[in-house]
Amino acid sequence: MSDPVIVTVPKDAAARSVGADEVASAIAAQAQARAIDIVVKRTGTRGLLFLEPLVEVETEAGRVAYGPVSAEDVPTLFGSGFPNATGHPLHLGPVEEIPYFARQERVTFGRCGVIDPTSVADYRAHGGFRGLQAALARPAADVIEDVVASGLRGRGGAGFPTGIKWHTVAGIEATQKYVCCNADEGDSGTFADRILMEGDPFLLIEGMTIAGLAVGADTGFVYIRSEYPDAVAAMRTAIKACEADGTLGDDILGSGRRFRLAVRVGAGSYVCGEESAMLDSLEGKRGIVRAKPPIPAIAGLFGQPTVVNNVLSFAAVPSILADGPDRYEAFGTGRSRGTMPFQLAGNIARGGLVELPFGITLKELVEDFGGGTLSGRPVRAVQVGGPLGAYVPAWRMDLPMDYEAFAEAGFMLGHGGLVVFDESVDMAEQARFAFEFCAIESCGKCTPCRIGAVRGRETVEKILAGEDVAANVAIVEDLCTLMTDASMCAMGGLTPMPVMSALTHFPEDFDRAAAAQAAAE
Amino acid sequence: MPGSVNGDDHSGRGAHASRADVDPHGIQALCACHENRPDALLEILHAVQQRVGYVPPEALATIAAALNLSRAEVHGVVSYYHDFHTAPQGRHVVKLCRAEACQAVGAQALYDHICASEGIGTGGTTTDGALTVEAAYCLGNCALGPAALVDGRLVARLTRERIDAIAAGARADAPQAAE
Ligand SMILES: Cc1cc2nc3c(=O)[nH]c(=O)nc-3n(C[C@H](O)[C@H](O)[C@H](O)COP(=O)(O)O)c2cc1C
Ligand code: SF4
Ligand code: FES
Repeated sequence: MSDPVIVTVPKDAAARSVGADEVASAIAAQAQARAIDIVVKRTGTRGLLFLEPLVEVETEAGRVAYGPVSAEDVPTLFGSGFPNATGHPLHLGPVEEIPYFARQERVTFGRCGVIDPTSVADYRAHGGFRGLQAALARPAADVIEDVVASGLRGRGGAGFPTGIKWHTVAGIEATQKYVCCNADEGDSGTFADRILMEGDPFLLIEGMTIAGLAVGADTGFVYIRSEYPDAVAAMRTAIKACEADGTLGDDILGSGRRFRLAVRVGAGSYVCGEESAMLDSLEGKRGIVRAKPPIPAIAGLFGQPTVVNNVLSFAAVPSILADGPDRYEAFGTGRSRGTMPFQLAGNIARGGLVELPFGITLKELVEDFGGGTLSGRPVRAVQVGGPLGAYVPAWRMDLPMDYEAFAEAGFMLGHGGLVVFDESVDMAEQARFAFEFCAIESCGKCTPCRIGAVRGRETVEKILAGEDVAANVAIVEDLCTLMTDASMCAMGGLTPMPVMSALTHFPEDFDRAAAAQAAAE
Repeated sequence: MPGSVNGDDHSGRGAHASRADVDPHGIQALCACHENRPDALLEILHAVQQRVGYVPPEALATIAAALNLSRAEVHGVVSYYHDFHTAPQGRHVVKLCRAEACQAVGAQALYDHICASEGIGTGGTTTDGALTVEAAYCLGNCALGPAALVDGRLVARLTRERIDAIAAGARADAPQAAE
């Protein structure tokens, strides 16, 4: 008897939100009814979200894809000869030849959608733990040196060099140090952390373990937002699997070294993504931003030296250790080294995750990968870098995706989220929302943010109502200067970025009476 | 020990039985599961909410006593986080995303529509207790918006028709006791 055919169906939350569970059941039921020997394997997503549920069939020539498949399509697929339904309209050919995928450079996300995220064995069979083994074989200082040499900068938004941060923590004498992963991913338009935790949780565990070994910390926490129940479950399952396997615990891979890891769940606060607020939240307190200094590297969780990094920063480390920093460093442009998982979201025809070296232009991402807007109308603005990021006008989409190029233009790359808006967007309304969001999520510690956000929202509302437009625009500008200069953290400090980018690049949306008059003439 | 990695399992079942008359929800046992550690407060509150549906006011004193915190400290945490509720919610909860990526595909109009048609404001519950509508700010499904969590299940590409159907389903699903 021949081996069963392996069919993969993602169990990623996004794939499930468009029916992946139903598709998996329908495939199993059809296979049984037709006495076809099929094993349905659940994986993460490849990140081609516009094609979800994306079903793949393992063949000798690689994995062959069908998508987007609905449960109703499944009988017709089998009618066309599934698992070999090459004539079916949903047949896409080998998944790795789909242009959206083929044109990417998968360094961090290479295993997502490929492996079973509950299986340590599958992870290992696909090259897992090579980085950890390399780290165990070398002095901690060399490990940190590799991370520095790779040029890796924090992927959570601020872009601080990861190796330098680790170096600081390693250099402090303390009986207890911690490694904390920031998986709060609150930015609208971002989902890379979620996809990684659901699709390849072992990679994050491996990266955090390497960090623990490098800085001398034996305890780690992954702080995951409560909006991500599937990621919470996937991480907990993977941690248990690693404990059973001996890759986490008191004797990592037989080395005699120790690292333990646990998941903590947030409670619906955006500002808890700010690292010091996250640490307070991890301590069971209100997530309020701490005054700096001291930085968390010196006095972090429970006052101890703490590494705080984003999911993607940790996840980049294993390949740096396994394949050498030079390989990672060879990707990218200027001081933005390596690859970045960009996330195409909002009003976009082909939304999903696109991992590429820094330096591709915004336009290529939105048009070549994203296929333009979902509505089919022209792009008007792209908000890059989450709710604190700028609205980049369509005519600036030639900008390369690179920290410095963005900063120079007054924009921010952030966590790599791109939210596309078509021409129907009202930019004054978006400015109003930026203030509203800041008012809702402000931790309340400093006045410019706590009061400024409310005043800002009220003032933009007056502008929207056509009241004293010029004077109120001037008030908004003043307020933005104050918030930028005097806020304690980037919540209040960067809320002016979406507001001012809207005001600067789309003034016609603010002075509606003048715009209407101009249109009439 | 601060920063202990234990306590992921907060089922609260086990050796530490609470007296049902003074602690009907077994909250002392829940706290004991976390070794009464104050840093486990969020985990404990999540567990209480999962068990009871909300954080009952009388739970605050129990938790405060167990964790050696003041009642004000516990209250401060409960009131700070959007997730925690001190009153019961509707039998069905829709958390509709109102963040930018979903706005770009019409989430605000959907939100206004459902609130108007159900006669409720943000975080409000229909008078028959069938449905609570809350705002969420990104659910990580930004490529397939408008997104929502419907009783904890993530849904994508919401339309007016689909959200109306979800509301109608909630209304039709009468509680057992009322029959
Ligand atoms: C309001 C606010 C929200 C933030 N949210 C996140 C987040 O969700 N995830 C994240 O990794 N960093 C977030 N950050 C950045 C963190 O403070 C911190 O820079 C980051 O976790 C450090 O890790 P990295 O160096 O690996 O990027 C946020 C910052 C601010 C001010
Ligand atoms: S800027 Fe806002 S969020 Fe940041 S510390 Fe001040 S009040 Fe808190
Ligand atoms: S913005 Fe709605 S799911 Fe992210």
